[in-house]
Amino acid sequence: MEKTYYNPDDLAKFGNISELQPEMGRKFFDYYGEVFKEGALTEREKALIALAVSHAVQCPYCIDAYSTDCLQKGADENQMMEAVHVAAAIKGGAALVHGVQMMNKIKELTM
Amino acid sequence: MGSTTKSLKGQQHALADSSFQLNVLQGPSRQGERFPAFDAKLREHDLYPLQPTGTTILQINVGKMCNQTCKHCHVDAGPDRKEIMTRETMELCLEALRQAPDIKTVDLTGGAPEMNPDFRWFVEELSQLGRQVMVRCNLTIILANKKYHDLPLFFKKHRVHVVSSLPYFQASRTDAQRGDGVFEKSIQALQLLNEVGYGKEGTGLQLDLVYNPSGAFLPSGQASLEAEFKRRLKKGYDIDFNSLFCITNLPVSRYLDYLVKSGNYDSYMQKLVDAFNPVAAMGVMCRNTVSVGWDGYLYDCDFNQMLDLKVAQSAPQHIRDFDLASLDKRSIVLNQHCYGCTAGAGSSCGGETVK
Repeated sequence: MEKTYYNPDDLAKFGNISELQPEMGRKFFDYYGEVFKEGALTEREKALIALAVSHAVQCPYCIDAYSTDCLQKGADENQMMEAVHVAAAIKGGAALVHGVQMMNKIKELTM
Repeated sequence: MGSTTKSLKGQQHALADSSFQLNVLQGPSRQGERFPAFDAKLREHDLYPLQPTGTTILQINVGKMCNQTCKHCHVDAGPDRKEIMTRETMELCLEALRQAPDIKTVDLTGGAPEMNPDFRWFVEELSQLGRQVMVRCNLTIILANKKYHDLPLFFKKHRVHVVSSLPYFQASRTDAQRGDGVFEKSIQALQLLNEVGYGKEGTGLQLDLVYNPSGAFLPSGQASLEAEFKRRLKKGYDIDFNSLFCITNLPVSRYLDYLVKSGNYDSYMQKLVDAFNPVAAMGVMCRNTVSVGWDGYLYDCDFNQMLDLKVAQSAPQHIRDFDLASLDKRSIVLNQHCYGCTAGAGSSCGGETVK
């Protein structure tokens, strides 16, 4: 085991996950490729969504990959940062909306 | 990527020397490994030796002088470069074209080609020969001096196909690559070209833009980027243009310097190697183009020209000895920078090569 959990070089080895389970690996990467093709959403819009989700799940590999991908697909810095704010808003909102649950409980327990 | 005012040559920089650049390109990465040789890669796909499919474009570099000093320039052009094609060499180009009616397009590049004192004479002569003239105009030259203000009308008169770099639809990334204030001037120049009919439907006056990434990443999705450029330039500045060409930056000259200085060289080369696409390799522009240097020497492309890699010796090396039949039988001279034209959807002076 390496001394750190994350190594930037491992990103390029993502495909190696198929070595131990080729069939599932193949199905996953076929699906992955299909998802990111231009459809009802453009490839650039999908890259921006992926960038936002990368921040929400706090995956450094994904942030590396989708920051590059967004630049390659012509997204600008403002769009990219707005995407990160969307992730932050949802993450923050998800925490805060539970405040209603807390308030319900307070109401239940207090006079 | 800030702007500098001096060329690498003017700075007496090591990378101004083409043999030094080739050493970097052929040398090991920081991890001590070598990138696979480009010719071996072609061999794997039965594309070696790479040969012309028939020359239809003559690309002529009329000089390295430029009013800009862009960070990514593979020519190392700038105001301090004095290499300029003479009228005598231009006459040799015209003579070669008279003997080669299959060459329908003449692509004029530089530097800023308009700064060559014989530029207008040359365009007039080429136009009289009935060839489609393409000019790689950096846009800001139109505003650089009063004597250039009528260029849009001059281009229109000769039905010149104008191809102009605009790396982004916003000032920050454009100026980072091309110099402070370039975006604003480019926008004004595009509006002037639009005013005389360039890029407007039904005029037949072709105005194409070139997108080069402002940094160490590859271009992707030419059609989608073109739609985004059209939307943003129309909405922001009421600008129309015809097509967007996505061109990959090749690790040559100032872009190579940027890659090395910013610590991106190894990862960029790896990206190019990983993105090698044999279909793109089949459509590379050196298969239908011959490139002429400011001093009349012949090259397979403008990048080879800047690396001093002349056409193979089986073919004539200078425009005065131009012989299309033997040029069309030559083997194209390859090196590691060629990975730039074969990555992803491919790259040429006309954008992606995989349709």
